[in-house]
Amino acid sequence: MSELSVPAIRGKVTVDVPIECAFDVFTNSFDSWWPREFHIGQPDIAEAIIEPREGGRWYERGVDGSECDWGRVLAWEPPHRFVVTWQINGQWQFDPDPSRASEVEVLFAADGPERTTVEVTHQYIGRLEGSQVLYEAISEGSGSWPSLLARFEKAAVEQDKV
Amino acid sequence: MCVDTNGDTGVGLLGDPTRRAIFELLARNPSSVRELAERLPVSRPAVSQHLRVLKDGGLVVSRAEGTRRVYQLNPVGVNALRTYLDRIWDEALLAFHKAAVAANSKPNQEQ
Repeated sequence: MSELSVPAIRGKVTVDVPIECAFDVFTNSFDSWWPREFHIGQPDIAEAIIEPREGGRWYERGVDGSECDWGRVLAWEPPHRFVVTWQINGQWQFDPDPSRASEVEVLFAADGPERTTVEVTHQYIGRLEGSQVLYEAISEGSGSWPSLLARFEKAAVEQDKV
Repeated sequence: MCVDTNGDTGVGLLGDPTRRAIFELLARNPSSVRELAERLPVSRPAVSQHLRVLKDGGLVVSRAEGTRRVYQLNPVGVNALRTYLDRIWDEALLAFHKAAVAANSKPNQEQ
């Protein structure tokens, strides 16, 4: 199947912290902020981890000790940049085939000693197994999709209020 | 917060609560305009209009089934998945922002 051309997702956030702190929180403390509902293992998530080196794993550990890969670290350049693969397909499962891996690049830029802009680019989404499987996952009624959307809505409303 | 370079696709398409409700209903059951209108507090013309936007954005496709037209999530495109991922990053970056600020304020409070 040929790769579909899908626009990259770009997110940007500016935080009033030094660049080293921003990088550290994003990577070493990844588990402290990543929304708990976004995980792929069967058991509840105990910990989400980015191993801090090129070739490192990006994975979750379930409460029962089992581990589920999310991707691999492709580039590790603290505190300015890192790149990981996102190999979670539309069925919310890890896809070990590297030809179907999307990539997440995270850039950190110091706007000042206490201010950092973080830019996330999630690209090559067209490589992921797409919405056919997503559609099936939803139709099978895991129940997670509507509740996820409801949470998104809540967060979006709260975000608007800020 | 999320910079959407793609205009009205992605998050923008589901920014409207009614459109999001239609998207969710179609995710579970392919439906006609009439069926959607029966489940939502909006008129059929309003449903049709939202469906047109979702179709133009590539999230939804339609097919003729006898005399009626049935709408469903686009099974071959990946826009639905992209939209989903877009929302994940929106929420994740919001959470990261809170965590970074909290992490940085701790040492200051101790001083």
